Amino acid sequence: MGRYVIRRLLQMVPVFIGTTLLIFVMVYALGDPVAAMFGDRAPDPATAAQIRHNLYLDHPLWQQYLHYMQGIFSGDFGTAFDGQPVTQLMSSAFPVTLRLTLVAFAIEGIIGIALGLLAGMRRGRFADTGVLGFTLLMISIPVFVTGYLLQYFVAVKWQLANPAVADGAPFGDLILPGIVLAGVSLAYVARLTRTSVAENARADYIRTAVAKGMPRRRVISAHLLRNSLIPVVTFLGTDIGNLMAGAVVTERIFNVKGVGFQLYQGILRQNPPTVVGFVTILVLVFLAANLLVDLLYAVLDPRIRYA
Amino acid sequence: MPETTNSPVADQVPTPVEAVAAAAAPEQRDAPRSLWNDAWHDLRRKPVFYISSLLILFLIAISLWPSLITSTSPYACDLGKSQMGPANGHPFGFDTQGCDVYARTVYGARASVAVGIFTTLGATILGSVLGGLAGFYGGWWDAILSRISDIFFGIPILLGGVVFLSVIKGGSITTVVTFMVLLGWPQIARIARGAVITAKQQDYVQAARALGASSSRMLLRHIAPNALAPVIVVATIALGTYISLEATLSFLGVGLKPPTVSWGIDISQASTMIRNAPHMLLWPAGALSVTVLAFIMLGDAVRDALDPKLR
Repeated sequence: MGRYVIRRLLQMVPVFIGTTLLIFVMVYALGDPVAAMFGDRAPDPATAAQIRHNLYLDHPLWQQYLHYMQGIFSGDFGTAFDGQPVTQLMSSAFPVTLRLTLVAFAIEGIIGIALGLLAGMRRGRFADTGVLGFTLLMISIPVFVTGYLLQYFVAVKWQLANPAVADGAPFGDLILPGIVLAGVSLAYVARLTRTSVAENARADYIRTAVAKGMPRRRVISAHLLRNSLIPVVTFLGTDIGNLMAGAVVTERIFNVKGVGFQLYQGILRQNPPTVVGFVTILVLVFLAANLLVDLLYAVLDPRIRYA
Repeated sequence: MPETTNSPVADQVPTPVEAVAAAAAPEQRDAPRSLWNDAWHDLRRKPVFYISSLLILFLIAISLWPSLITSTSPYACDLGKSQMGPANGHPFGFDTQGCDVYARTVYGARASVAVGIFTTLGATILGSVLGGLAGFYGGWWDAILSRISDIFFGIPILLGGVVFLSVIKGGSITTVVTFMVLLGWPQIARIARGAVITAKQQDYVQAARALGASSSRMLLRHIAPNALAPVIVVATIALGTYISLEATLSFLGVGLKPPTVSWGIDISQASTMIRNAPHMLLWPAGALSVTVLAFIMLGDAVRDALDPKLR
């Protein structure tokens, strides 16, 4: 187990370097951060050169990247457009997005697996067709459309929830954005669970469990679900990164001041430290979630052993 | 694999359905039904296939010739009619600029369909060539390609899109398609690589190798036709998600930009006015959802037909 973890951690290193380098090159080499500071006016050459020097931009790109990485590992993510350190933006934004992601993740996991189990157990019947049709709709309607429709009908017309999230992001306000954020993934989870459950329900060990008189509830929870959830857990794990990235859209609709909001501001104002910093953290979260999933396999499936 | 289950002997006794099909297409009478014939046969019995294909044909037709169903220009706007509801000759009403929402919804199909189709074509060609060669030759080329696709997988596609497109500042269909191909090919490459590795180990490929067939002949004649099915399945479903992604990027203000007419842009502009004039949002949003739905339904039907395990 320990050796496996070390091997996986080592494999993550080139991917981490590659992704951050890719984002770094996109932002620093393809755009011009200094020109962006001056908006439409042309900057004074001497001032521009001074700023370039201060921001370490007068070095070759690979040195800039190394310099930036050095800063990150000592906790210095640079300065945002309004002079605040990027780390300060992060400490206010990440807790908010984390709460939103948690709410979405819970909705996605619980409702998705429940719908999938229902459909898989009643394959070909009304409940199954209903779940399939519902998930097809969820996958087809883009997130920002569901977002505005739910905001308009649930919050504005029927007044069942707040249309925007208050400062501090209380959990009550996050339910509606959470549903919107979870929507598409929920549909995938339901479909994946359905296929998996339908396959496993015909397995010999289920027939054995039923034949020896085990209560139905226990057959489902101890045998059927545990075996069916392995592909679902894989999906859920890789989806954490997508949820946090997808928050760019959801946070904009519901006015949540989280990662998506800060990232979007950074992009609008072309502030490279904000963009690269937030994306770097998101990539790390994504990689860590993938590792966690691989380790969870051993817990869910005793047949899998890591040497 | 249907090639192994459909032995030629079994196919020489035509069932009534096959007899009819064979009479309709006499040149196929002697050939055993291939995976493709089989899939086509399966698709033709599905209402979902007909509904989604008709919808897609209709969408392609109006993206090529929008004037077929509207005579109003999407750029002919009258500020005096800002946010007004349906009027005579303007069934969907007007947007904030006083443009005809019906005309803009019809003209918006072009951007979505073009981005969807060209991105899918580009990503499929690039992905299946690179992934296929990696699977066939293995070795260092495979190792490098796998690491590169790991890197692209590490960046959530929406995030990469927002960062990249905001820097490029293109806003034309070509820019958006180029970027989406760049981020989309690794998904197809992985599928193609896996399919080629599976096909490479089949007996008929080993037989071809033993008979002295060249690499290119093995790849083109034996492996490609058999590895294509999973790639086509993934590509068809991806088409719908590409359209959805383009709309999301345009909605965020980094994808397509005016004067291109796009549902994403129109929805973004209508979103601030949703309390006063919901019709400005509902029509383009409905059109977008139906379009994505049509492509995903087609993808589902094609997958069911091409994946023999599900039968």
